[in-house]
Amino acid sequence: MKLTLRVWRQKGPQDKGGMVEYQLDDVSPDMSFLEMLDVLNERLILDGEDPIAFDHDCREGICGMCSLVINGTPHGPEKATTTCQLHMRKFSDGEVIDIEPWRSQAFPVIKDLVVDRSAFDKIIEAGGYISAPTGSAPDAHAVPVPKPDADRAFEAAECIACGACVAACPNGSAMLFTAAKVTHLGLLPQGQPERYDRVVNMVEAHDEAGFGGCTVTGECTVACPKGIPLDTIAQLNRDYLAATAGRRKKS
Amino acid sequence: MLQTSPRAIPALYRSSVGKKAIMAVTGVLLVLFLIAHMVGNLKVFLGPAEIDEYAAWLRTIGAPLLHHEWFLWIQRVVLLAALVLHMTMAYQLARRARRARPVRYRHRAKVQGSYAARTMRWGGVIIALFVIYHILDLTTGTVNPGYQHGEVYRNLVADFAPERWYVTLFYTLAVVAVGFHLRHGLVSATQSLGAASPQRARTLNLAATAFAVVMVAGYLSVPFAVTVGLVD
Ligand code: HEM
Ligand code: SF4
Ligand code: FES
Repeated sequence: MKLTLRVWRQKGPQDKGGMVEYQLDDVSPDMSFLEMLDVLNERLILDGEDPIAFDHDCREGICGMCSLVINGTPHGPEKATTTCQLHMRKFSDGEVIDIEPWRSQAFPVIKDLVVDRSAFDKIIEAGGYISAPTGSAPDAHAVPVPKPDADRAFEAAECIACGACVAACPNGSAMLFTAAKVTHLGLLPQGQPERYDRVVNMVEAHDEAGFGGCTVTGECTVACPKGIPLDTIAQLNRDYLAATAGRRKKS
Repeated sequence: MLQTSPRAIPALYRSSVGKKAIMAVTGVLLVLFLIAHMVGNLKVFLGPAEIDEYAAWLRTIGAPLLHHEWFLWIQRVVLLAALVLHMTMAYQLARRARRARPVRYRHRAKVQGSYAARTMRWGGVIIALFVIYHILDLTTGTVNPGYQHGEVYRNLVADFAPERWYVTLFYTLAVVAVGFHLRHGLVSATQSLGAASPQRARTLNLAATAFAVVMVAGYLSVPFAVTVGLVD
Protein backbone atom coordinates (compact mmCIF):
# COMPACT_ATOMS: atom_id res chain seq x y z
CA MET A 1 0.00 0.00 0.00
CA LYS A 2 1.06 3.57 -0.70
CA LEU A 3 0.02 6.08 1.92
CA THR A 4 0.39 9.79 2.62
CA LEU A 5 0.61 10.60 6.30
CA ARG A 6 0.12 14.07 7.72
CA VAL A 7 1.43 13.92 11.26
CA TRP A 8 1.33 16.50 14.04
CA ARG A 9 4.95 17.34 14.90
CA GLN A 10 5.74 19.46 17.94
CA LYS A 11 9.24 19.67 19.43
CA GLY A 12 8.12 20.30 22.99
CA PRO A 13 5.37 21.70 25.20
CA GLN A 14 6.16 25.30 24.19
CA ASP A 15 6.61 24.67 20.47
CA LYS A 16 3.77 25.80 18.22
CA GLY A 17 3.79 22.61 16.17
CA GLY A 18 2.22 21.77 12.84
CA MET A 19 1.29 19.00 10.42
CA VAL A 20 4.19 17.41 8.48
CA GLU A 21 3.64 15.23 5.43
CA TYR A 22 5.32 11.84 4.86
CA GLN A 23 5.05 9.39 1.95
CA LEU A 24 5.08 5.65 2.61
CA ASP A 25 5.45 3.26 -0.32
CA ASP A 26 5.35 -0.30 0.94
CA VAL A 27 2.94 -0.62 3.80
CA SER A 28 1.61 -4.15 4.34
CA PRO A 29 -2.12 -4.39 5.03
CA ASP A 30 -1.24 -6.82 7.83
CA MET A 31 0.72 -4.22 9.78
CA SER A 32 -0.85 -2.64 12.81
CA PHE A 33 -1.14 1.12 12.77
CA LEU A 34 1.73 1.44 15.23
CA GLU A 35 3.94 -0.93 13.21
CA MET A 36 3.35 1.32 10.24
CA LEU A 37 4.63 4.24 12.34
CA ASP A 38 7.59 2.09 13.50
CA VAL A 39 8.55 1.56 9.85
CA LEU A 40 8.35 5.29 9.19
CA ASN A 41 10.39 6.02 12.32
CA GLU A 42 13.15 3.58 11.28
CA ARG A 43 13.42 5.44 8.02
CA LEU A 44 13.49 8.82 9.80
CA ILE A 45 16.26 7.58 12.11
CA LEU A 46 18.32 6.30 9.14
CA ASP A 47 17.85 9.68 7.50
CA GLY A 48 19.12 11.35 10.66
CA GLU A 49 15.76 12.91 11.46
CA ASP A 50 13.91 13.02 14.76
CA PRO A 51 11.51 10.03 14.96
CA ILE A 52 7.82 10.70 15.66
CA ALA A 53 7.07 10.39 19.36
CA PHE A 54 3.89 8.45 20.20
CA ASP A 55 2.67 6.59 23.26
CA HIS A 56 2.31 2.80 23.35
CA ASP A 57 3.04 -0.05 25.70
CA CYS A 58 1.16 -3.35 25.62
CA ARG A 59 0.14 -3.23 21.96
CA GLU A 60 -2.65 -5.64 22.78
CA GLY A 61 -5.44 -3.23 23.65
CA ILE A 62 -5.30 -3.39 27.43
CA CYS A 63 -2.93 -0.74 28.78
CA GLY A 64 -4.55 2.40 27.39
CA MET A 65 -1.29 4.09 26.37
CA CYS A 66 -1.78 4.35 22.62
CA SER A 67 -3.58 7.56 21.84
CA LEU A 68 -3.81 8.78 18.28
CA VAL A 69 -6.56 10.78 16.64
CA ILE A 70 -6.71 9.27 13.15
CA ASN A 71 -8.61 11.28 10.55
CA GLY A 72 -10.36 13.14 13.33
CA THR A 73 -11.44 10.00 15.20
CA PRO A 74 -9.71 8.87 18.42
CA HIS A 75 -8.27 5.36 17.87
CA GLY A 76 -9.27 5.53 14.21
CA PRO A 77 -12.13 4.15 12.13
CA GLU A 78 -12.65 0.70 13.65
CA LYS A 79 -15.29 0.46 16.38
CA ALA A 80 -14.26 -0.66 19.87
CA THR A 81 -10.59 -0.96 18.89
CA THR A 82 -7.51 0.73 20.27
CA THR A 83 -4.96 2.27 17.90
CA CYS A 84 -2.52 -0.59 18.57
CA GLN A 85 -5.13 -3.15 17.51
CA LEU A 86 -6.05 -1.26 14.35
CA HIS A 87 -4.70 -2.76 11.12
CA MET A 88 -3.73 -1.09 7.90
CA ARG A 89 -6.23 -3.21 5.96
CA LYS A 90 -8.86 -0.81 7.31
CA PHE A 91 -7.37 1.85 5.03
CA SER A 92 -7.23 1.95 1.26
CA ASP A 93 -4.26 2.25 -1.06
CA GLY A 94 -3.30 5.84 -1.75
CA GLU A 95 -5.22 7.19 1.26
CA VAL A 96 -4.20 10.38 3.05
CA ILE A 97 -4.21 9.83 6.82
CA ASP A 98 -4.12 12.68 9.33
CA ILE A 99 -2.64 11.82 12.73
CA GLU A 100 -3.05 14.19 15.67
CA PRO A 101 -2.67 13.98 19.46
CA TRP A 102 -5.59 14.01 21.95
CA ARG A 103 -6.71 17.64 22.11
CA SER A 104 -7.58 18.81 25.60
CA GLN A 105 -6.51 21.65 27.81
CA ALA A 106 -6.03 19.08 30.58
CA PHE A 107 -3.83 16.85 28.36
CA PRO A 108 -0.98 19.15 27.27
CA VAL A 109 1.21 17.91 24.42
CA ILE A 110 4.66 16.81 25.63
CA LYS A 111 6.04 16.04 22.20
CA ASP A 112 4.53 15.23 18.80
CA LEU A 113 1.68 12.82 19.54
CA VAL A 114 2.44 12.26 23.22
CA VAL A 115 0.22 14.02 25.74
CA ASP A 116 0.43 14.24 29.52
CA ARG A 117 -2.57 12.39 30.96
CA SER A 118 -1.77 12.92 34.64
CA ALA A 119 -5.09 14.77 34.98
CA PHE A 120 -6.62 11.25 35.00
CA ASP A 121 -4.31 10.30 37.88
CA LYS A 122 -5.66 13.28 39.82
CA ILE A 123 -9.21 12.03 39.30
CA ILE A 124 -8.22 8.52 40.41
CA GLU A 125 -6.40 9.86 43.45
CA ALA A 126 -9.56 11.72 44.44
CA GLY A 127 -11.60 8.54 44.81
CA GLY A 128 -10.68 5.71 42.49
CA TYR A 129 -9.93 3.29 45.30
CA ILE A 130 -11.57 1.22 48.04
CA SER A 131 -10.36 0.69 51.57
CA ALA A 132 -9.53 -2.95 52.15
CA PRO A 133 -8.20 -4.31 55.43
CA THR A 134 -4.83 -5.98 55.28
CA GLY A 135 -4.37 -9.56 56.40
CA SER A 136 -5.35 -12.78 54.76
CA ALA A 137 -7.46 -12.48 51.64
CA PRO A 138 -11.19 -13.15 52.15
CA ASP A 139 -12.84 -16.03 50.33
CA ALA A 140 -13.73 -15.05 46.79
CA HIS A 141 -17.44 -15.67 47.38
CA ALA A 142 -17.65 -14.35 50.93
CA VAL A 143 -19.60 -11.27 49.80
CA PRO A 144 -22.48 -11.99 47.45
CA VAL A 145 -22.93 -9.56 44.54
CA PRO A 146 -26.24 -9.45 42.62
CA LYS A 147 -25.64 -10.61 39.05
CA PRO A 148 -26.91 -7.42 37.33
CA ASP A 149 -24.65 -5.26 39.51
CA ALA A 150 -21.70 -7.55 38.89
CA ASP A 151 -22.31 -7.34 35.14
CA ARG A 152 -22.59 -3.55 35.07
CA ALA A 153 -19.57 -3.11 37.32
CA PHE A 154 -17.58 -5.47 35.15
CA GLU A 155 -18.58 -3.64 31.99
CA ALA A 156 -17.49 -0.32 33.53
CA ALA A 157 -14.26 -1.87 34.84
CA GLU A 158 -13.16 -2.46 31.27
CA CYS A 159 -12.14 1.21 30.99
CA ILE A 160 -8.42 1.37 30.28
CA ALA A 161 -8.10 5.09 31.01
CA CYS A 162 -6.91 5.89 27.51
CA GLY A 163 -8.68 9.25 27.29
CA ALA A 164 -10.31 8.74 23.88
CA CYS A 165 -13.60 9.90 25.41
CA VAL A 166 -12.02 13.28 26.21
CA ALA A 167 -10.45 13.49 22.76
CA ALA A 168 -13.81 12.82 21.10
CA CYS A 169 -16.04 14.97 23.28
CA PRO A 170 -16.96 18.36 21.75
CA ASN A 171 -16.95 19.74 25.31
CA GLY A 172 -13.60 18.16 26.17
CA SER A 173 -15.33 16.35 29.03
CA ALA A 174 -13.86 13.36 30.88
CA MET A 175 -17.22 12.36 32.31
CA LEU A 176 -17.29 8.93 30.64
CA PHE A 177 -13.96 8.01 32.21
CA THR A 178 -15.01 9.36 35.62
CA ALA A 179 -18.39 7.63 35.36
CA ALA A 180 -16.76 4.32 34.44
CA LYS A 181 -14.77 4.44 37.68
CA VAL A 182 -17.70 5.61 39.80
CA THR A 183 -19.94 2.88 38.36
CA HIS A 184 -17.33 0.16 38.62
CA LEU A 185 -16.55 0.83 42.30
CA GLY A 186 -19.94 2.16 43.39
CA LEU A 187 -21.94 -0.90 42.37
CA LEU A 188 -19.80 -3.40 44.26
CA PRO A 189 -20.09 -4.07 48.01
CA GLN A 190 -16.39 -3.32 48.47
CA GLY A 191 -16.92 0.18 47.09
CA GLN A 192 -19.79 1.15 49.38
CA PRO A 193 -17.92 2.82 52.28
CA GLU A 194 -16.58 5.62 50.06
CA ARG A 195 -19.41 5.60 47.51
CA TYR A 196 -20.83 9.09 48.09
CA ASP A 197 -17.55 10.78 48.94
CA ARG A 198 -15.99 9.21 45.90
CA VAL A 199 -18.42 10.64 43.41
CA VAL A 200 -18.28 14.17 44.82
CA ASN A 201 -14.48 14.18 45.07
CA MET A 202 -13.89 12.64 41.65
CA VAL A 203 -16.22 15.13 39.96
CA GLU A 204 -14.45 17.95 41.79
CA ALA A 205 -11.05 16.70 40.59
CA HIS A 206 -12.51 16.32 37.09
CA ASP A 207 -13.69 19.94 37.07
CA GLU A 208 -10.49 21.26 38.62
CA ALA A 209 -8.40 19.61 35.91
CA GLY A 210 -10.21 21.81 33.39
CA PHE A 211 -12.32 19.19 31.61
CA GLY A 212 -15.64 20.37 30.22
CA GLY A 213 -19.09 19.30 31.38
CA CYS A 214 -21.15 16.55 29.78
CA THR A 215 -23.98 17.58 27.44
CA VAL A 216 -24.96 14.00 26.53
CA THR A 217 -23.80 14.23 22.93
CA GLY A 218 -22.65 10.60 23.07
CA GLU A 219 -19.47 11.08 21.03
CA CYS A 220 -17.47 9.49 23.88
CA THR A 221 -19.10 6.04 23.84
CA VAL A 222 -18.75 5.88 20.08
CA ALA A 223 -15.00 6.55 20.34
CA CYS A 224 -14.41 4.42 23.45
CA PRO A 225 -12.36 1.33 22.56
CA LYS A 226 -14.05 -0.56 25.38
CA GLY A 227 -17.60 0.54 24.62
CA ILE A 228 -18.22 2.03 28.06
CA PRO A 229 -21.96 2.87 27.88
CA LEU A 230 -23.27 6.42 28.17
CA ASP A 231 -25.63 5.47 30.99
CA THR A 232 -22.68 5.09 33.36
CA ILE A 233 -22.87 8.89 33.38
CA ALA A 234 -26.49 8.66 34.55
CA GLN A 235 -25.25 6.41 37.36
CA LEU A 236 -22.65 9.05 38.27
CA ASN A 237 -25.26 11.82 38.17
CA ARG A 238 -27.63 9.76 40.36
CA ASP A 239 -24.94 9.14 42.98
CA TYR A 240 -23.78 12.75 42.80
CA LEU A 241 -27.26 14.13 43.40
CA ALA A 242 -27.84 11.62 46.20
CA ALA A 243 -24.59 12.78 47.81
CA THR A 244 -25.25 16.51 47.48
CA ALA A 245 -28.95 17.37 47.15
CA GLY A 246 -30.02 14.12 48.83
CA ARG A 247 -27.43 14.58 51.59
CA ARG A 248 -26.47 10.93 51.65
CA LYS A 249 -24.40 10.07 54.65
CA LYS A 250 -20.70 10.50 54.15
CA SER A 251 -18.00 8.44 55.73
CA MET B 1 -18.71 8.93 62.46
CA LEU B 2 -21.52 9.61 60.04
CA GLN B 3 -22.42 13.14 59.11
CA THR B 4 -24.39 14.84 56.41
CA SER B 5 -22.69 16.70 53.61
CA PRO B 6 -22.03 20.29 54.65
CA ARG B 7 -21.29 21.53 51.14
CA ALA B 8 -24.48 20.24 49.55
CA ILE B 9 -25.70 23.38 47.83
CA PRO B 10 -22.33 24.90 46.89
CA ALA B 11 -21.12 21.63 45.31
CA LEU B 12 -24.38 21.35 43.42
CA TYR B 13 -24.04 24.85 42.06
CA ARG B 14 -20.30 24.77 41.42
CA SER B 15 -19.76 21.45 39.69
CA SER B 16 -20.38 20.66 36.05
CA VAL B 17 -22.70 17.84 37.15
CA GLY B 18 -24.68 20.12 39.47
CA LYS B 19 -25.05 22.76 36.77
CA LYS B 20 -26.59 20.20 34.47
CA ALA B 21 -29.01 19.15 37.22
CA ILE B 22 -30.07 22.79 37.61
CA MET B 23 -30.56 23.04 33.85
CA ALA B 24 -32.68 19.90 33.95
CA VAL B 25 -34.96 21.09 36.75
CA THR B 26 -35.46 24.58 35.29
CA GLY B 27 -35.97 23.01 31.87
CA VAL B 28 -38.73 20.79 33.25
CA LEU B 29 -40.49 23.87 34.65
CA LEU B 30 -40.33 25.54 31.24
CA VAL B 31 -41.64 22.39 29.56
CA LEU B 32 -44.64 22.30 31.92
CA PHE B 33 -45.40 25.86 30.87
CA LEU B 34 -45.00 24.93 27.19
CA ILE B 35 -47.54 22.12 27.54
CA ALA B 36 -50.13 24.36 29.21
CA HIS B 37 -49.49 27.15 26.71
CA MET B 38 -49.97 24.85 23.73
CA VAL B 39 -53.23 23.48 25.08
CA GLY B 40 -54.44 27.03 25.69
CA ASN B 41 -53.54 28.09 22.14
CA LEU B 42 -55.62 25.29 20.65
CA LYS B 43 -58.74 26.99 22.03
CA VAL B 44 -58.50 29.30 19.03
CA PHE B 45 -60.18 26.52 17.04
CA LEU B 46 -63.24 26.79 19.28
CA GLY B 47 -63.88 30.39 18.31
CA PRO B 48 -63.22 33.91 19.62
CA ALA B 49 -65.41 33.62 22.70
CA GLU B 50 -63.62 30.47 23.97
CA ILE B 51 -60.06 31.74 23.69
CA ASP B 52 -60.77 35.28 24.87
CA GLU B 53 -62.61 33.89 27.88
CA TYR B 54 -59.69 31.59 28.53
CA ALA B 55 -57.27 34.55 28.46
CA ALA B 56 -59.53 36.44 30.87
CA TRP B 57 -59.67 33.38 33.16
CA LEU B 58 -55.85 33.25 33.22
CA ARG B 59 -55.99 36.62 34.92
CA THR B 60 -58.40 35.46 37.59
CA ILE B 61 -56.63 32.26 38.67
CA GLY B 62 -56.48 32.05 42.45
CA ALA B 63 -59.26 34.60 43.01
CA PRO B 64 -60.48 35.64 45.44
CA LEU B 65 -57.28 34.80 47.34
CA LEU B 66 -55.13 36.30 44.61
CA HIS B 67 -55.93 39.67 43.09
CA HIS B 68 -56.44 40.18 39.33
CA GLU B 69 -53.30 38.98 37.40
CA TRP B 70 -51.39 38.08 40.56
CA PHE B 71 -51.12 34.47 39.56
CA LEU B 72 -49.91 35.52 36.12
CA TRP B 73 -47.23 37.70 37.66
CA ILE B 74 -46.09 34.97 40.02
CA GLN B 75 -45.85 32.64 37.05
CA ARG B 76 -43.90 35.24 35.07
CA VAL B 77 -41.40 35.70 37.89
CA VAL B 78 -40.94 31.94 38.33
CA LEU B 79 -40.54 31.35 34.59
CA LEU B 80 -38.13 34.24 34.24
CA ALA B 81 -36.03 32.97 37.15
CA ALA B 82 -36.02 29.48 35.63
CA LEU B 83 -35.06 30.87 32.25
CA VAL B 84 -32.25 33.03 33.66
CA LEU B 85 -30.82 30.10 35.65
CA HIS B 86 -31.14 27.79 32.66
CA MET B 87 -29.31 30.22 30.38
CA THR B 88 -26.65 31.14 32.94
CA MET B 89 -25.76 27.49 33.49
CA ALA B 90 -25.72 26.92 29.73
CA TYR B 91 -23.44 29.89 29.22
CA GLN B 92 -21.03 28.82 31.97
CA LEU B 93 -20.85 25.27 30.66
CA ALA B 94 -20.32 26.48 27.10
CA ARG B 95 -17.46 28.70 28.24
CA ARG B 96 -15.99 25.79 30.18
CA ALA B 97 -16.22 23.56 27.12
CA ARG B 98 -14.50 26.13 24.92
CA ARG B 99 -11.62 26.41 27.37
CA ALA B 100 -11.34 22.64 27.64
CA ARG B 101 -10.15 22.40 24.04
CA PRO B 102 -7.97 25.42 23.21
CA VAL B 103 -6.36 23.73 20.17
CA ARG B 104 -8.83 22.34 17.64
CA TYR B 105 -8.34 19.31 15.43
CA ARG B 106 -7.05 19.98 11.93
CA HIS B 107 -9.04 17.06 10.62
CA ARG B 108 -12.58 17.24 11.91
CA ALA B 109 -14.44 13.97 11.55
CA LYS B 110 -18.14 13.76 10.81
CA VAL B 111 -19.93 14.07 14.14
CA GLN B 112 -21.82 11.03 15.38
CA GLY B 113 -24.21 12.78 17.76
CA SER B 114 -27.68 13.92 16.78
CA TYR B 115 -28.46 17.24 15.09
CA ALA B 116 -30.57 18.17 18.10
CA ALA B 117 -27.66 17.61 20.49
CA ARG B 118 -25.32 19.76 18.43
CA THR B 119 -27.69 22.70 18.12
CA MET B 120 -28.67 23.08 21.78
CA ARG B 121 -26.59 26.23 22.32
CA TRP B 122 -27.47 28.20 19.18
CA GLY B 123 -30.98 26.80 19.22
CA GLY B 124 -31.36 28.11 22.76
CA VAL B 125 -30.22 31.58 21.67
CA ILE B 126 -32.76 31.60 18.83
CA ILE B 127 -35.54 30.57 21.22
CA ALA B 128 -34.58 33.33 23.69
CA LEU B 129 -34.72 35.96 20.93
CA PHE B 130 -38.05 34.54 19.80
CA VAL B 131 -39.50 34.77 23.32
CA ILE B 132 -38.62 38.48 23.42
CA TYR B 133 -40.25 39.11 20.04
CA HIS B 134 -43.21 36.95 20.99
CA ILE B 135 -43.92 38.88 24.19
CA LEU B 136 -43.67 42.19 22.31
CA ASP B 137 -46.05 40.69 19.76
CA LEU B 138 -48.85 38.96 21.65
CA THR B 139 -48.52 40.11 25.25
CA THR B 140 -47.66 43.81 25.04
CA GLY B 141 -48.82 44.18 21.43
CA THR B 142 -45.91 46.46 20.54
CA VAL B 143 -45.26 44.81 17.18
CA ASN B 144 -48.77 43.47 16.55
CA PRO B 145 -50.94 45.38 14.01
CA GLY B 146 -53.85 47.05 15.85
CA TYR B 147 -53.35 45.07 19.07
CA GLN B 148 -56.32 44.98 21.47
CA HIS B 149 -55.78 43.86 25.07
CA GLY B 150 -57.84 40.80 25.90
CA GLU B 151 -58.87 40.16 22.29
CA VAL B 152 -56.57 37.22 21.77
CA TYR B 153 -58.49 35.85 18.78
CA ARG B 154 -58.36 39.14 16.92
CA ASN B 155 -54.68 39.62 17.70
CA LEU B 156 -53.80 36.15 16.42
CA VAL B 157 -55.75 36.59 13.20
CA ALA B 158 -54.10 39.97 12.58
CA ASP B 159 -50.68 38.52 13.38
CA PHE B 160 -50.65 35.54 11.04
CA ALA B 161 -52.58 37.08 8.13
CA PRO B 162 -51.31 35.75 4.77
CA GLU B 163 -49.60 39.05 3.86
CA ARG B 164 -47.60 38.81 7.08
CA TRP B 165 -46.15 35.45 5.95
CA TYR B 166 -42.73 36.42 7.32
CA VAL B 167 -44.14 36.50 10.86
CA THR B 168 -45.57 33.02 10.37
CA LEU B 169 -42.24 31.91 8.93
CA PHE B 170 -40.35 33.26 11.94
CA TYR B 171 -42.78 31.53 14.32
CA THR B 172 -42.32 28.32 12.38
CA LEU B 173 -38.54 28.45 12.61
CA ALA B 174 -38.70 29.24 16.31
CA VAL B 175 -41.17 26.47 17.08
CA VAL B 176 -39.09 23.95 15.12
CA ALA B 177 -36.05 25.12 17.11
CA VAL B 178 -38.09 24.52 20.28
CA GLY B 179 -38.88 21.02 18.97
CA PHE B 180 -35.21 20.13 18.53
CA HIS B 181 -34.37 21.71 21.86
CA LEU B 182 -37.07 19.61 23.54
CA ARG B 183 -36.00 16.42 21.78
CA HIS B 184 -32.47 16.51 23.12
CA GLY B 185 -33.40 18.40 26.28
CA LEU B 186 -35.72 15.67 27.55
CA VAL B 187 -33.20 12.88 26.96
CA SER B 188 -30.44 14.98 28.47
CA ALA B 189 -32.48 15.98 31.53
CA THR B 190 -33.29 12.35 32.22
CA GLN B 191 -29.58 11.58 32.13
CA SER B 192 -28.62 14.63 34.22
CA LEU B 193 -31.11 13.71 36.93
CA GLY B 194 -29.73 10.18 36.94
CA ALA B 195 -32.92 8.51 35.74
CA ALA B 196 -31.60 7.12 32.44
CA SER B 197 -30.91 3.41 32.25
CA PRO B 198 -30.00 1.00 29.46
CA GLN B 199 -33.41 -0.72 29.70
CA ARG B 200 -35.21 2.57 29.25
CA ALA B 201 -33.01 4.14 26.56
CA ARG B 202 -35.15 3.14 23.56
CA THR B 203 -38.43 4.11 25.17
CA LEU B 204 -36.96 7.40 26.31
CA ASN B 205 -35.70 8.28 22.83
CA LEU B 206 -39.04 7.43 21.26
CA ALA B 207 -41.00 9.30 23.91
CA ALA B 208 -38.82 12.41 23.54
CA THR B 209 -39.23 12.41 19.76
CA ALA B 210 -42.98 11.85 20.00
CA PHE B 211 -43.37 14.61 22.55
CA ALA B 212 -41.35 17.07 20.47
CA VAL B 213 -43.38 16.26 17.35
CA VAL B 214 -46.70 16.71 19.19
CA MET B 215 -45.56 20.04 20.63
CA VAL B 216 -44.36 21.35 17.27
CA ALA B 217 -47.56 20.25 15.52
CA GLY B 218 -49.76 21.71 18.25
CA TYR B 219 -48.01 25.06 18.25
CA LEU B 220 -47.77 25.36 14.47
CA SER B 221 -51.40 24.44 13.88
CA VAL B 222 -52.49 27.87 15.13
CA PRO B 223 -50.49 30.23 12.86
CA PHE B 224 -50.94 27.89 9.87
CA ALA B 225 -54.70 27.73 10.42
CA VAL B 226 -54.83 31.52 10.40
CA THR B 227 -52.59 31.86 7.35
CA VAL B 228 -54.63 29.43 5.24
CA GLY B 229 -57.91 30.95 6.42
CA LEU B 230 -59.24 28.12 8.62
CA VAL B 231 -59.34 30.60 11.47
CA ASP B 232 -60.36 34.13 10.54
C1 HEM C 1 -46.86 29.46 17.22
C2 HEM C 1 -47.08 29.17 18.41
C3 HEM C 1 -47.47 30.16 19.50
C4 HEM C 1 -48.60 31.00 19.57
C5 HEM C 1 -49.70 31.14 18.55
C6 HEM C 1 -48.49 31.70 20.83
C7 HEM C 1 -49.46 32.63 21.28
C8 HEM C 1 -49.35 33.33 22.47
C9 HEM C 1 -50.32 34.30 22.95
C10 HEM C 1 -51.63 34.68 22.23
C11 HEM C 1 -49.86 34.78 24.15
C12 HEM C 1 -50.55 35.84 25.03
C13 HEM C 1 -51.47 35.18 26.01
C14 HEM C 1 -52.27 36.18 26.82
O1 HEM C 1 -52.35 37.36 26.43
O2 HEM C 1 -52.82 35.74 27.83
C15 HEM C 1 -48.62 34.13 24.44
C16 HEM C 1 -47.83 34.33 25.58
C17 HEM C 1 -46.58 33.71 25.82
N1 HEM C 1 -45.92 32.80 24.99
FE1 HEM C 1 -46.66 32.05 23.25
N2 HEM C 1 -47.35 31.30 21.48
C18 HEM C 1 -46.67 30.37 20.69
C19 HEM C 1 -45.47 29.73 20.94
C20 HEM C 1 -44.67 29.98 22.07
C21 HEM C 1 -43.40 29.32 22.35
C22 HEM C 1 -42.74 28.25 21.45
C23 HEM C 1 -42.93 29.84 23.52
C24 HEM C 1 -41.65 29.52 24.31
C25 HEM C 1 -40.54 29.18 23.85
C26 HEM C 1 -43.88 30.82 23.97
C27 HEM C 1 -43.74 31.59 25.10
C28 HEM C 1 -44.70 32.47 25.60
C29 HEM C 1 -44.57 33.18 26.84
C30 HEM C 1 -43.37 33.08 27.81
C31 HEM C 1 -45.77 33.93 26.99
C32 HEM C 1 -46.18 34.73 28.21
C33 HEM C 1 -45.79 36.10 28.30
C34 HEM C 1 -46.45 36.62 29.57
O3 HEM C 1 -45.86 36.47 30.64
O4 HEM C 1 -47.56 37.10 29.47
N3 HEM C 1 -44.92 30.87 23.07
N4 HEM C 1 -48.30 33.24 23.40
S1 SF4 D 1 -14.15 5.47 29.08
FE1 SF4 D 1 -13.38 4.45 27.20
S2 SF4 D 1 -12.46 6.14 26.04
FE2 SF4 D 1 -12.70 6.92 28.12
S3 SF4 D 1 -10.76 6.48 29.15
FE3 SF4 D 1 -12.07 4.69 29.55
S4 SF4 D 1 -11.61 3.25 27.88
FE4 SF4 D 1 -10.77 5.23 27.23
S1 FES E 1 -0.65 0.13 23.42
FE1 FES E 1 -1.71 -0.68 25.16
S2 FES E 1 -3.77 -0.34 24.62
FE2 FES E 1 -2.75 0.26 22.80
